[in-house]
Amino acid sequence: MNTRKTFRMDGRTIPFEDGQSIIDAALAAGEYIPHLCHNPEFTPHGSCRVCTVDVDGRMVSACTQPAAEGQQVVNNSDPVNHYRRRLLQMLFVEGNHVCPGCEKSGACQLQAVAYYTGMLAPHFTHFFPRREVDASHPDTVIDFNRCILCELCVRASRDVDGKNVFSISGRGIQSRLIINSNTGRLGDSDYDRADKAASVCPVGAILPKHQGYEVPIGERLYDQRPISVVGDVAQAKQGDNGDG
Amino acid sequence: MADKIRIATAPLAGCFGCHMSLLDIDERLLDLIEVAEFDCSPLNDFKRVGSADIGLIEGGVANTENVETLRDFRRHCRILVAVGACAVNGGIPAMRNQFDLRDCLEESYVNGIGVENPMIPNDPEIPLLLDKVHPIHEVVKIDYFLPGCPPSADSIWTFLTELIEGRPVSFPYTQIHYD
Repeated sequence: MNTRKTFRMDGRTIPFEDGQSIIDAALAAGEYIPHLCHNPEFTPHGSCRVCTVDVDGRMVSACTQPAAEGQQVVNNSDPVNHYRRRLLQMLFVEGNHVCPGCEKSGACQLQAVAYYTGMLAPHFTHFFPRREVDASHPDTVIDFNRCILCELCVRASRDVDGKNVFSISGRGIQSRLIINSNTGRLGDSDYDRADKAASVCPVGAILPKHQGYEVPIGERLYDQRPISVVGDVAQAKQGDNGDG
Repeated sequence: MADKIRIATAPLAGCFGCHMSLLDIDERLLDLIEVAEFDCSPLNDFKRVGSADIGLIEGGVANTENVETLRDFRRHCRILVAVGACAVNGGIPAMRNQFDLRDCLEESYVNGIGVENPMIPNDPEIPLLLDKVHPIHEVVKIDYFLPGCPPSADSIWTFLTELIEGRPVSFPYTQIHYD
């Protein structure tokens, strides 16, 4: 029998299978690597770069980098987390993320990853862009102020729902989420609240209506314990227990 | 008395919730005044900042008076701290940045429901509003940031005690939140 292939991350040996990314191998081993645009259910996108790790002295995104035998990966270190914090701060100032006024607060991955990396302030100058809110759909509201262009809704609608409701238009700082309908509004599209795309948004950009504060602030997923403990790592660990 | 740490506080464009949260340290205020005394603060109604070791700023910068107060604090405080969401990133008041200032004023003073004698106030004693609301780090250098809407009394207490005792400031997970 072949011995399992492994790499080293923060002093721990992580097993992997051929073709597995660093982040998925780490997740399977119960190790958290911060991420926003990555969701193990979808093809990696590599756009947010928050999962950046140091691999043998080079900074790479762990969601797109295949694991390889003998790699030395630095994940949870001050320099790597400083780099992540700067990326998060840029995401915060590029949009309008008003946590005290957001229904997603406490269950928001952008906020939770920022807590994890110790972000206390935005550091940069705010853009305060002017963006719309689309409340045309009876079940869902889209607040473009909070979109971080992770393309999870794009991937979910295209790859799971088979609908192509969402897309990203424009380039660079002009990039924005657009909706595939005659009017460009969600209410006139094929979107349905049962779609996979309705439940993948890591921030408060795609929000279900009529349930805003059913779970009170203070009792939400990331309010008491960090995303490194209760995020998808917890689900991966639960899966392990179920299998074992 | 001379050896006590001097703390000054100021409310800019905020709701006073952060000052309420400071008072919410309750009987720990008695411990605080063993080692610290207040320079100008709305809590003692001294109007101008004298010379302080720690300046706590609540609220963002929304008008010309806010700019003057903030710069005055920067000149007279050794350590300046952004306390709360509005000071840190503009917070709720910065949501007006989505609109033209004239539209905001007309909504409030001309077209608003129940407005009598509609006119935009222009008395020279009223500070002029800025075009946009800004976080305070966009106007002066800030030494520490304490997020939260408001920061809890516990996180304010952690911050003040660790800073005054000269230790690196670090918070338990539950003491840092943005909402």
